[in-house]
Amino acid sequence: MSWYLTLPLVIPFVAAIIAYLLRSSPLGAWVSIIGSGLGLIASIALMAVVLDAGVVAGQMGNWPAPFGITLVADLLSAVMVLITAITGFAVAIYALGDITERQAKLGYHALFQILLAGVTGAFLTGDLFNLYVWFEVMLIASFGLLILNGGKEQIDGGVKYVALNLISTILFLTGIGLLYGMTGTLNFADLAVKVNEVENQGLLTVVAMMFMVAFGVKAAVFPLFFWLPAAYHTPSFSVSAVFAGLLTKVGVYALIRMFTMVFDHDIGFTHTVLLWVACLTMVVGVLGAAAQSDFRKILSFHIISQIGYMVLGLALMTPLALMGAVFYLVHHIIVKANLFLIAGIAKRLTGGTDVYKIGGLYKSAPFLAVLFLIPAFSLAGFPPLSGFWAKYIIVKATLDVEMWFVAFIALAVGLMTIYSMTKIWAEAFWKPHPDGIEPELKTLPHKTAQILPVAGLAVLTIIIGLNPEPFVLFAERTTEQLLDPTAYITTVLGEAS
Amino acid sequence: MEQVLSVLIGILVASAVYLMLARNLLRFLFGLILLSNAANLTIFVAGRLTPGAPPLVPDGLDAPVGAVANALPQALVLTAIVIGFGLFAFALILAFRAYQSLGTLNTDEMRVAEPEEIK
Repeated sequence: MSWYLTLPLVIPFVAAIIAYLLRSSPLGAWVSIIGSGLGLIASIALMAVVLDAGVVAGQMGNWPAPFGITLVADLLSAVMVLITAITGFAVAIYALGDITERQAKLGYHALFQILLAGVTGAFLTGDLFNLYVWFEVMLIASFGLLILNGGKEQIDGGVKYVALNLISTILFLTGIGLLYGMTGTLNFADLAVKVNEVENQGLLTVVAMMFMVAFGVKAAVFPLFFWLPAAYHTPSFSVSAVFAGLLTKVGVYALIRMFTMVFDHDIGFTHTVLLWVACLTMVVGVLGAAAQSDFRKILSFHIISQIGYMVLGLALMTPLALMGAVFYLVHHIIVKANLFLIAGIAKRLTGGTDVYKIGGLYKSAPFLAVLFLIPAFSLAGFPPLSGFWAKYIIVKATLDVEMWFVAFIALAVGLMTIYSMTKIWAEAFWKPHPDGIEPELKTLPHKTAQILPVAGLAVLTIIIGLNPEPFVLFAERTTEQLLDPTAYITTVLGEAS
Repeated sequence: MEQVLSVLIGILVASAVYLMLARNLLRFLFGLILLSNAANLTIFVAGRLTPGAPPLVPDGLDAPVGAVANALPQALVLTAIVIGFGLFAFALILAFRAYQSLGTLNTDEMRVAEPEEIK
């Protein structure tokens, strides 16, 4: 057993147990922060090991693959685990100023750590059924977080979130059963080998589509995204930040993993479907955002449109496009979580999230305005921020394969994103507050705990933006691994296969 | 046997979809549990139904002797049942809370989080 593979999973679980025992004391929040901090260190260690070795695998219970459960980290898993830990750490600090005593008493910090464990597990597992189990861990923790101490709004959003996610879960499970029936294995590496031996390739495509729908619901792509804007604007800001940053990306990760390693037998069909889905997701998401007036609802619809870019990268399946998708994933998690955290500060300063009913933030809290502009511009794709490179790579990839119309959509959606961001800027920041309130950062309770994570994530965006080369090179290496899973397969199954 | 079970799965899925298309949240949940049972049966059938001996390893050996039944699908189904049971319990409580605080189980009337636009 490799400690660097298990530690990122064990730490959040231990932190969850301690945080639950200390839920009535103010120490619970600190347990969560320390746990996330240790998790971050563990995932940096994992990253260092993976950067060196390429792919690392550990067999749980020492049962050799494909019989036991395998934990695998290739570059994609490692970077996703790392970015999860960074987001988790930032949000854990932010929770000091966001989570009420009542929510903490009901077990917020424990659920939060279990959510992180579920997400990390989903990234690290090398086994399809185990992926299902981690999805459930993540799901049940997110259900709890969503409706924790909730009123009417949270329950209402929760019902839709729970209902649609449960359907996707069952579809996923059925798909697992059918795929197991055809191949006799559930191990990713083994599946990648065995699917080539399946005689009825048409049936395989049918199962692939089941997985596409199941993961599509998780990733919130068109037309399966309706649970997202119904729920993401209702819970506490810490919760919606971590949801917005991580949960949909787990779906995208699962799509990338399955549709590069396992279901690459009929790219002409499956990836064309993905291409259409991606374009419609981008357009519908951004149009939905344009119609909203609530800070968080605008951001929620933008999650959807941005997911479209990542799926587009997967759909094109060229090295450059996949590289763009990986780059986009990492960039988007940082930026999106950050914007939701800022929405929380804006709400506490001005008393609302409806952008037409608040205002005056630029005049009285200029520092917050700067902190908003950085991720907002990054989301829209302004140079020199991380979003510019992410969009640039994706658009370049569409131009390379001469899909002019798709490139046009990608660029037009970028423009529309700027429109939504300017709406938030003009209404919430620029115009004076309709009630004459002059919100100042000084009055914010737990000011440092709220500003620090926001500033930290903003700095990360700038670093990636100003110095993209190492990140692009990293994404390139990741893509090579995705397109040629030989190293992955031999590491998991051993040299003999 | 496979054919019979396949037909059963088909009936389960059809009734599940019928129930889930209803506006009533409780009917939706009943449909959901039928669907999850259909999924469990699918895994069971996909793992091949063989009249083999129970997969027990005799003393002193590393592997069972002769043809034995495949135990993995049953392990998968068992896990899925446990998880599905937990999630369903949660969903039922959520439906109950929704009825208490929103006063309705009709999903069309649940518009608190997404109010209709006032024109």
